[in-house]
Amino acid sequence: MLERGSAPLRAARLSAIAAVAGMALLFDANHASADTVVKWLHLETVPAYVKMWEDIAAKYESEHAGVDIQLQFLENEAFKAKLPTLLQSDDAPHFFYSWGGGVLKQQSETGALMDLTEAMRADGGAWEKSYNPAALKGFTFDDRIYAVPFKMGTISFFYNKELFQKGGVKAEDIKTWDDFLTAVKTLKEAGITPIAGGGGDKWPLHFYWSYLVMRNGGQQVFEDAKNNEGEGFLQPAIIKAGEQLAELGKLEPFQGGYLGANWPQTLGLFGDGKAAMILSFENTEATQRANSGDGKGLAAENIGRFAFPAVEGGAGAATDTLGGLNGWAVSKNAPPEALDFLRYLTNAENERLMASVGMIVPAAAGAEDGVTNPLVRASADQLAASTWHQNYFDQDLGPSVGRVVNDASVEIVSGQMSSEEGARMIQDARELE
Amino acid sequence: MTDATAAMNAVPATASRKNVRYKSPTVRGRLPVLILFLPPALLLFTVFVILPMGEAAWYSLYRWNGYGTPTQFVGLRNFEVLFNNAAFSRALINNGIIILVSVILQIPLALWLAMMLAHRIAGVVAFRLIFFLPYVLADVAAGLIWRFVYDGDYGLVAAVAGFFGVATPYVLADRSLAIYAVLAVIIWKYFGFHMMLFIAGLQAVDRSVLEAAEIDGATGWQKFRYVTLPLLGSTVRLSIFFAVIGSLQLFDLVMPLTGGGPSNSTQTMVTFLYTYGVTRMQVGLGSAVGVVLFVICVTLAFGYKRIFMRHD
Repeated sequence: MLERGSAPLRAARLSAIAAVAGMALLFDANHASADTVVKWLHLETVPAYVKMWEDIAAKYESEHAGVDIQLQFLENEAFKAKLPTLLQSDDAPHFFYSWGGGVLKQQSETGALMDLTEAMRADGGAWEKSYNPAALKGFTFDDRIYAVPFKMGTISFFYNKELFQKGGVKAEDIKTWDDFLTAVKTLKEAGITPIAGGGGDKWPLHFYWSYLVMRNGGQQVFEDAKNNEGEGFLQPAIIKAGEQLAELGKLEPFQGGYLGANWPQTLGLFGDGKAAMILSFENTEATQRANSGDGKGLAAENIGRFAFPAVEGGAGAATDTLGGLNGWAVSKNAPPEALDFLRYLTNAENERLMASVGMIVPAAAGAEDGVTNPLVRASADQLAASTWHQNYFDQDLGPSVGRVVNDASVEIVSGQMSSEEGARMIQDARELE
Repeated sequence: MTDATAAMNAVPATASRKNVRYKSPTVRGRLPVLILFLPPALLLFTVFVILPMGEAAWYSLYRWNGYGTPTQFVGLRNFEVLFNNAAFSRALINNGIIILVSVILQIPLALWLAMMLAHRIAGVVAFRLIFFLPYVLADVAAGLIWRFVYDGDYGLVAAVAGFFGVATPYVLADRSLAIYAVLAVIIWKYFGFHMMLFIAGLQAVDRSVLEAAEIDGATGWQKFRYVTLPLLGSTVRLSIFFAVIGSLQLFDLVMPLTGGGPSNSTQTMVTFLYTYGVTRMQVGLGSAVGVVLFVICVTLAFGYKRIFMRHD
């Protein structure tokens, strides 16, 4: 609402605020001069994981006097929205979470990020060699490295074993998309909500469209679309993927009100045992627990996992994977201590530690054996056997096209748009790039 | 929003110029005061209002992702994209609906409550306080609270539906219902503000005129229609002005409630600006929305002031 104060009064008020802020800054500066502050921006919501990071940071601080590591948190969506502004301000975090892909590429082209190539390749590439090459590749554009690999991941279905049994559905039987649709129907008939879907945040549903595009079209089709070659996003395989998604939508597989549900609510729903399946990240066992109503969620032995089903006649293999590749991008004004800490944070020992609690599938070479959690282990194995690992579409395609993919996925699955209309919308956004 | 402030500040400026001319002998005496006190305000106004407006107009002609300086000149392409965008049309329509509902439902409601609460009767202060409370609440907090109220699984709406044994409506996830849910929250949030304006206005209404009407045998409705309402005219016009400008700038209440969804059905111009301009890093397009919003605000503000508030 609009408030009108007299301008001089407002000016006086402002200068008073400025004075107070100035004093505060002064005190802050005094405090900071004792330590080199390293600002670490993350979006982790699981308290135990944050605690683990804090412990790692504390250990580092105790070994390196004069370094103060500060963890800063932003919620996922807020993080994505705020980052561009934040990066260009004086208050930019020194390193922050990245999904690689087009978004990171765009950030790198603006000069907001530190080029890590020299640091990584110093000493005969000692630092570079400490990571899984596939992980590093995802953060490299034109042979320049722009982020420190942290974890790898894959999107797959998680299911509630109890509900599957109650509904008379066997996960082993779900091999193809048709099998999957049959399972959805069976669950629905048994009065069980088949899938927890986060339509409010949109991106949780873009996994479906992405996977169907991968299964129908294979790598070549997606690469062509991404590079705006040939028919782009209007290729028949992509249209067919959309039609299959619409078919799923027609079965009304999601919980009531899924179009308003954000991701934490969606995980919570699955954790509360109110939906049988969720298409989600490798660390779902932990996140469903954190977001469930009672904080306990489903017991680990009650959760099963299966890969996104194959599409009969599709060009993509059932072993192709969609998933994350996450790292830490460093902003250009970061102190050297930030780099040193990142190297420490992602060394094999610490990655193994994080893997051991089910937090990550490590990107550090030689840390794979740390994955002890069976569900995460299954994801890691699928990833290891992957015939084509594709980054999340909305990250890979960059912010403007990626967000349109999210929009289109939700519109198609909820029957607001036909597959062609959705594909057209994405193609239009791509051509505007 | 800054542009509307600009529009409003511009009007009193002409009035004060008239004042200065009238009192010209004292200008010399006031000069030091002017020199001392005007620059800070003028500087702040220029830096934080005029400059950003000019910058937005400039950005709107570029395709720019917000990093570095804009270089890719695209002319009026952003405006073309904007007016061909279905979500933006929806946002324009929604802003229209919000204005209509604010003026047709909210203001009469506020006036009615004000009429009842303007009298000095027991408990009246408590009621005023209760009705004014939603306005005091931060918009984002109000949005979050109502998101819980509307929640179809754990919210108040779910509990009420459960009590009556009907299927829970997921109002915020329903394309046709969501906008009404948002409108209800808008009315709830801002009627108290207008009510307070009216209470203040009513206290300035001369009791003797009302008494005279009473002696003439006027009914309650007649007293309201022919005495109170005309005397309250300037307050009503001001209230409508606030409602219109506030409706155009609606943002922070909608974001926590629906974020403009589902399917853009609750998008307003400012949420559209945020979703399509900021989160997609299309600063050029976002600036174009800003320019359109600015033009609409200025036109409405000046037009309204000229036509309806000439004598106030």
